[in-house]
Amino acid sequence: MVHFTAEEKSTILSVWGKVNVEEAGGEALGRLLVVYPWTQRFFDNFGNLSSPSAIMGNPKVKAHGKKVLTSFGEAVKNMDNLKGAFAKLSELHCDKLHVDPENFKLLGNVMVIILATHFGKEFTPDVQAAWQKLVSGVATALAHKYH
Amino acid sequence: MALSATDRALVRALWKKLGNNVGVYTTEALERTFLVFPSTKSYFPHLDLSPGSAQVKAHGQKVADALTLAVDHLDDLPGALSALSDLHARKLRVDLPPLSPQLLCHCLLVTLARHFPGDFSPAMQASLDKFLSHVISALASKYR
Repeated sequence: MVHFTAEEKSTILSVWGKVNVEEAGGEALGRLLVVYPWTQRFFDNFGNLSSPSAIMGNPKVKAHGKKVLTSFGEAVKNMDNLKGAFAKLSELHCDKLHVDPENFKLLGNVMVIILATHFGKEFTPDVQAAWQKLVSGVATALAHKYH
Repeated sequence: MALSATDRALVRALWKKLGNNVGVYTTEALERTFLVFPSTKSYFPHLDLSPGSAQVKAHGQKVADALTLAVDHLDDLPGALSALSDLHARKLRVDLPPLSPQLLCHCLLVTLARHFPGDFSPAMQASLDKFLSHVISALASKYR
């Protein structure tokens, strides 16, 4: 189980407090679909995904991105029990959505990169380290109920 | 998964912008890799890896030079990186992907995203990610 120090928690919370969940969510999901196009397989009914600008401007991508990142907010609130917080979502991703858990790592890394573009100077190696720990913990928690 | 004309144009454009400072960013990427993914330090017991280390900076410059060589030879990455592949496989024996090299590449993307947010569009991210994957494949070509 991943353990966060007080400093890591404070770093994560401080960054999260400044994130525009709606915007960042759309950006994260959009970039995932652009950079790793095979992930589009999960979003057949999203309409036009034919180019980077189509993807980034697609309203369904933005809406779903917001959903995903809002759910990520649960991770930030439950850093001491990620597995518990994501148990139901883990079952959903396995049983209903059939998503290969490797994809969670891809999304996690995309999120870190987005934070880097938004926070620039503030995104020091220490801040990155805390966030990599969190996204990795979430990826593990989401994979936990797979069978 | 060959590099398209767009990929090449984007990567070359960014490299032109980085100019002589590629080493600054690869050094930061290395520092991030060692801090964020401590297992990668196991390949450098002979170096001083503390923040600001001159040895890390020197190594960062080596990585920068290799990447610049790659950018100049996008049509034949395996050929251009053949000697480096031998080195990494035979002498250094660094793990193949998905381990250490990919961690450094991720940290390089984070570094560039942080310093050049205006240039780091989704399309640029995709092309850079692809280019770095090709570099890793070329490095892996002599492993076995």
